[in-house]
Amino acid sequence: MLTTQFLLLGAVLFCIGVYGVLARKNAVMVLMSIELILNSVNINLLAFSVRHGSVDGNTFALYVIAIAAAEVGVGLAMVLLIYRNRRTIALDDLSEMKG
Amino acid sequence: MSDHDMTGMVVASSGWFLEHAWLIPVIPAIAFVLIIFFGKKMPMKGSELGVLSMLSSLVLSGGAAWQWIQRVNSVVDGAHEAVVEGAHHAAPYVQPVIHEWTWWQSGGFHFGIGQHIDGLALTLLVVVAFISSLVQIYSLEYLRGDRRYTHFFAALTLFSAGMLCMVLAPNMVQLILGWEIMGLCSFMLIGHWWEEEANSRAALKAFFTVRVGDMGLLIGTAILFFSANNWTQKNLGVSGFNISGLSAWAMSGEASHSALTWGAVALFVACIGKSGQFPLHTWLPDAMAGPTPVSSLLHSSTMVVAGVFLVARLYPVFWEGMKIGDTNINFIVLIGGITIVVAALLAFVQHDIKKVLAYSTVSQLGYMMMGLGAGAWLPAVFHIFTHAFFKACLFLSAGSVSHSGSHHSFDMKKDMGGLAKKMPITATTWIISTLALAGVFPLAGFFSKDEIIDNVGHNGYNAFMIVGLTGAFLTAAYMTRATYLTFFGEARGAAAGIHHDAHAVVDTHTSHDTHVAVDSHDAHADQGPHESPKLITVPLMILAALALTAGLSNATPFGESWERFKKYVEPGSEYVMVGAEMGATSDAKVVVTTPNMPSEAAVVEEGCAVVAPEAGMVCYFPTIHHAPFKWSKAALSLIIVALGLVSSWLFCVQYYTRRNRRLIGLTERNKVLRSGYTFLWNKYYLDELYEKVIVHSIAHPIAKAVYWVNQNILDGIVNGAGKVSRRVAGWVYRNIDQRVVDGAVNGSGAAARGTGGALRPVQSGKVNQYGALLFSAAAIGALILVIINT
Amino acid sequence: MIAADLLVAQNVGFGIISLLMIIGAVRVVTVSNVVHAALWLVIVLSGAAAQYLLLSAEFVAITQVLVYVGAVMVLFLFGTMLTRARIGAESDLNNKNWFLGIPVALLMLGVMSYVIIDGFGSERLIKNSGDMQPIPVQVISDDIFGPYLLPFWALSFVLLVAVIGAIVLARKD
Repeated sequence: MLTTQFLLLGAVLFCIGVYGVLARKNAVMVLMSIELILNSVNINLLAFSVRHGSVDGNTFALYVIAIAAAEVGVGLAMVLLIYRNRRTIALDDLSEMKG
Repeated sequence: MSDHDMTGMVVASSGWFLEHAWLIPVIPAIAFVLIIFFGKKMPMKGSELGVLSMLSSLVLSGGAAWQWIQRVNSVVDGAHEAVVEGAHHAAPYVQPVIHEWTWWQSGGFHFGIGQHIDGLALTLLVVVAFISSLVQIYSLEYLRGDRRYTHFFAALTLFSAGMLCMVLAPNMVQLILGWEIMGLCSFMLIGHWWEEEANSRAALKAFFTVRVGDMGLLIGTAILFFSANNWTQKNLGVSGFNISGLSAWAMSGEASHSALTWGAVALFVACIGKSGQFPLHTWLPDAMAGPTPVSSLLHSSTMVVAGVFLVARLYPVFWEGMKIGDTNINFIVLIGGITIVVAALLAFVQHDIKKVLAYSTVSQLGYMMMGLGAGAWLPAVFHIFTHAFFKACLFLSAGSVSHSGSHHSFDMKKDMGGLAKKMPITATTWIISTLALAGVFPLAGFFSKDEIIDNVGHNGYNAFMIVGLTGAFLTAAYMTRATYLTFFGEARGAAAGIHHDAHAVVDTHTSHDTHVAVDSHDAHADQGPHESPKLITVPLMILAALALTAGLSNATPFGESWERFKKYVEPGSEYVMVGAEMGATSDAKVVVTTPNMPSEAAVVEEGCAVVAPEAGMVCYFPTIHHAPFKWSKAALSLIIVALGLVSSWLFCVQYYTRRNRRLIGLTERNKVLRSGYTFLWNKYYLDELYEKVIVHSIAHPIAKAVYWVNQNILDGIVNGAGKVSRRVAGWVYRNIDQRVVDGAVNGSGAAARGTGGALRPVQSGKVNQYGALLFSAAAIGALILVIINT
Repeated sequence: MIAADLLVAQNVGFGIISLLMIIGAVRVVTVSNVVHAALWLVIVLSGAAAQYLLLSAEFVAITQVLVYVGAVMVLFLFGTMLTRARIGAESDLNNKNWFLGIPVALLMLGVMSYVIIDGFGSERLIKNSGDMQPIPVQVISDDIFGPYLLPFWALSFVLLVAVIGAIVLARKD
């Protein structure tokens, strides 16, 4: 196996995730795209862990999974709250930041 | 105290206070937190915490100073015993007490925080702790009943902590930390009465002007770090932020000269901003909008001295970078010289007593800078020391006058005059300090200022010696004018007991202190001018006593035994062997070596900055020449000062009291004098230059261009892209999306919606657009990095 | 030839799983049904778990299945159901400016691919096949509770805050 193949897989997943974050309107879909990005990072971490023969990459992959779980929990709670207040979760309609 | 072994090593003494000097800024910092959280509930609203913390810092720094004297004595005596034949050798270098702890490390690189205690640091520590203590005691009375009393003391305490932190910084990172804390606190203190717009404007102006200079500090630190780090890591095992490491690197003869020059210039730009030197001095007089104790602390003796301190601290860098050893005009001496005269002239046209003092401060800072730029390191540092006492005394006297004499006004022409009889103590302290500032013989200012002028001339900067003498004349004259207007002549306005409404003073700049809540005050305001209470007069008397005597600590005219400052503060210019010293071990061993110079070195000149150190040796300080004291030269400057005092006094009597016809209205009648007066009155039009020309010509076109780009180009792109996408989307929906069963229905619906959406102004506020910009910027940045690195 | 001494079986496995993952990921960001997208995401996450197994990180792979495929997906489905009454195809899941994402993603992909291929080329991940030993859980726990204890504490704090925050946010009051 080559190092490159894992890193490239990670890069492809990352870019698909980025596209999803940018293109999607539904907040739940944006959260899913973020999960894609986080997974691509994990693949990279584990590939480098093997490459360097160290266990640190595994540790950090575990940390990333834990953080992702927390993020999804809070994110979905926020989506729920927004939905309750506005009857929509389309990010387009949330333009309070408009300058 | 000293013992030395066979190899000629001398172990310098140390002590608890020296080893624990880092506590000095820590105590006020803790006090700040306590005041912020618990101050309002304390019986004296937190002010007692501030005063106590400053007093304990003062005790600690005093103890450290005493042990430093012991240390220097032990080294100097030891060196004399160790060197038998050394009839003529460089002064021994007394190792500073350095401790550094790592608070952050990254990639094997350590950021430290700690202490670097030597004579210079201790001088500043003692002065700052002392003045801060007195100012806090004074403020107990002066700000009694103020609405933000607790916050005032909190900010004042944090400010002192910042200054102390900067003074004992062992590396540039900690120095910047203290520097920035001071910048923040000066903003809070100058804008203490922010309800009045002039005050908040002054605070902003001070903050932004200093900030312009601070860019230089960051850039200079970065330049020095990147060019010195390899050398210091290799030779001394410290980072390129370390101050003694930077000094040794600058003196090593291996440093890149352009790096040194640009680093020194960038750092000096920061000093120009902080120390109110010529082109950026405009913030300092406006900063008088703060309460008077603030002016006394920040703008006479501590904050503005930070820039001078930086030059003195990294003196080898400036020495090498600016080629101070040559007699050519360099950047520092030039700026210093211009500042002396420019600021002194401005002091003549001020009506506000505090502004006279502000310009006087700027002018005196010019003296310090000029001294440093001309190689007169010791007199400049000594001038910091003496100037702190008499300028703090002058500011506090001015505050006392406004507090009890002129009903919170600072306008000399409207509300003062003849106060000497009503306020004898204040008048006496003011006059003593004025004479000290002018440089009259046995007082503090004489010994420092005359030394600067003398040494500047001695080092070959003859033109600047004349500038210095002119400055001395001007100083004597404008201070006499201020003294006369305040304390002599006829009483005017509030000083005569006439109470115009304090809030309706015509010039808003003169009414800053009217915000003092006057509950304790209105009661006796009707009695007219009177002497201030003890909490104000006692600090005044202490400061005046020091203004009388502080000069004696380095009285060159009385022989070498009086030159204590030279012995204890000036670092020796001896070669130091690399080794035990940088480890900063707790037993603080110091290696002092006999200079291994060839025998003819005694004939040539030896010492650092003359000959680059050999391998294994480093220099920490350049060899500095001291002008031998001559009474003939001192007499010249004394005569000039006397001339200034007398001529100004005579003029004031004629002009302000006798109303001499030929003098009154002279500026209206004579064209040259009038234009000169207008020029000075408008402060050389520098503010107009900054606001109208620079801000309007640079900031406004940029803003306009950005607006235009935003309106025309970006919107065009977005709209155009929208239109294209609508077509593409339509095409896609028409031709491709047929596989969806009800694609046609959906497609036409979506196309219709897409059309509407594309034609709608696609404006921002959408998270996705921000995200797109963020990611594409990151990608483009990465692309640029890739292109650069391949 | 490089291909000759590569581990053929593992490479074939990698190829198949990667293909599945990429297809799944593309579907996640393109389908017009939230529930379908979540199911495609399950495929991607399971594929990632399989990749972890290939990289001999068994513990992480198991955690991935438990946490992601189990818990997070359930959360997603709940979120979908609670916020949208209608579960089915929707035509406007995308932004009006969705096309902006394509050039950005392609640009990033280009830059990253170039850097990766340029940097690592045909370097082999494992020198000989025997080196690839599964990492015992004990080693990971030694790492977590040894040098990385402080991040672990911070992480547990973050989880606590997230739990409380999620309750506070989602509570009906």
